[in-house]
Amino acid sequence: MKGTINVSDLAKLARLLVSDEELAKLEREVPAILEFVGKLPDSGTFTREGSAVLRNVMREDGEPHESGAHADVLLKAAPNVIDGRVVVKQVISREKSH
Amino acid sequence: MNLETLTIVEARMALDAKEYSALELTNAYLEAIRAKDGDLPALPAGRHGGRQGIHAYLEVWEEVARAEAKRADERIARGESAPLTGIPVAVKDNMLIEGRIASAASKILENYVASYDATVITKLKQQGVVFLGRTNMDEFAMGSSTENSAFGATKNPHDTSRVPGGSSGGSAAAVSGGMALAALGSDTGGSIRQPAALCGSVGLKPTYGAVSRYGLIAMGSSLDQIGPITRSVSDSRIVFDAIRGRDPKDSTSIELAEHSKNKKLPVIGVLRRFSEHAEKDVLARFNETLKKLRASGYEVRDPVEASTLLDDSLAAYYIVMPAEASTNLARYDGIRCGLSVPAETIGDVYAKTRGEGFGPEVRRRILIGTFVLSAGYADAYYRRATAMREKIREDFVHTFANGVDVLVTPTTPSPAFTFGEKADSLAMYAADIFTVPVNLAGIPALSVPVGTVDREGKNLPVGFQIIAPHGGEETLFAVGADVEKV
Repeated sequence: MKGTINVSDLAKLARLLVSDEELAKLEREVPAILEFVGKLPDSGTFTREGSAVLRNVMREDGEPHESGAHADVLLKAAPNVIDGRVVVKQVISREKSH
Repeated sequence: MNLETLTIVEARMALDAKEYSALELTNAYLEAIRAKDGDLPALPAGRHGGRQGIHAYLEVWEEVARAEAKRADERIARGESAPLTGIPVAVKDNMLIEGRIASAASKILENYVASYDATVITKLKQQGVVFLGRTNMDEFAMGSSTENSAFGATKNPHDTSRVPGGSSGGSAAAVSGGMALAALGSDTGGSIRQPAALCGSVGLKPTYGAVSRYGLIAMGSSLDQIGPITRSVSDSRIVFDAIRGRDPKDSTSIELAEHSKNKKLPVIGVLRRFSEHAEKDVLARFNETLKKLRASGYEVRDPVEASTLLDDSLAAYYIVMPAEASTNLARYDGIRCGLSVPAETIGDVYAKTRGEGFGPEVRRRILIGTFVLSAGYADAYYRRATAMREKIREDFVHTFANGVDVLVTPTTPSPAFTFGEKADSLAMYAADIFTVPVNLAGIPALSVPVGTVDREGKNLPVGFQIIAPHGGEETLFAVGADVEKV
């Protein structure tokens, strides 16, 4: 396992900015932890569908509450709000021409 | 009143008999917190690090607590008291109380004001509880010592050079140090039982689903469970009864079936080989307790050996938990709530906010979780771990089916360790060896103090862990009360 993990790519995948200094530390720690948990033997009951007993439980379909009932209180928690909307940076951008 | 020994049961009688008022009781706790915990009134979180005192609390709600106490006194005067009316309680910093900060001891939520009440809080409010403050913890409940708190660690009241355990270390230290009559904690892999054991308190990890997780800041959703840290087993039951129950807002919550009380003494099975992972004198306290239980009439089957799967629990847990945690923590992106670090692009807002807001252990677990779920590795790690988890659960079912009513182990392999002693993540993870199988199996367990061991001239408490089948809380309380007595 050691040496095969690109922690820098992993951090990008996890959307986590990591300093060079921390990266050096993580490149030792992450493989060590994965080596430990990687010793887990195959119990022989592995299925792609997951276990029979552990399953996801969802709430029933339908509207749980009136639309907008909690909008104000939730907007108050957001860092950046304009006119009842949460502000986000532009997600899709046209390719910049240089 | 002696706050170091007072129990809910005693306080209830005294409050109802008007020996003292809820306000007087609350003021006594607020004074104890002032005297023992460090600087007060609460500074903005983040300025507590390195202060003198136990540092069980991140924030103390003095004025609100007094107002709640006065309302409780009015209710008591009307003769309408519920079991917890006027009882001063501490709440782990990962449960939401509307209008108050809930930070999960993280920089990313340092100034987050909760938008609603967690269901456990709603239930406690209905009983007229007094909320003293929010307690310190490992950031996002990730750790076993509170050293991962972004706001400085909590100290163990029994020896301030040692950790209180974690992640609910502030809650355990508050109860043990006479700074709260009871506290709520949350337990994903031992985070209630381990600090309770290390601080000499009683800690209950209820059956998965017995207590609603609505309004609990999530770590590992299939493992997390809220439970009480108290000074006695009777108190544990009182708080558990107050917070349990099916909640439509948490679809995994369930109403436990009422168990008819067994007339016969439960049969105790000892996970002997597994328990040998404990240090010698910790094991000695464990064995003495077993001897006394036997002498008081219990049938003790020693050893009852579940398969060697228990030894694999730690590895399975440290795959499943980070997988779920990294998924849950994806929501902290600088957009919806909490910290937001400005940046040029949306991707950079995410990465910078998370990079600055999350501490080192949280970052490690996010990376591990991301890895074990990633395409190409999920089969070898995550799916293998969930399959193993299922085997471990089945293993418990089989063991309980063979005429054993409860299984016992020491709660922790060692007493409280010193700050910095387990700087290596894997050493810290090993502190959870006896507690994680219970979370993987979704069953309940109770830690009860059973004396102390000596470390450098200090008497440090150790815990006795009792594990019951799904929904077996009543059996835990029955055996726990006897462990307390012997």
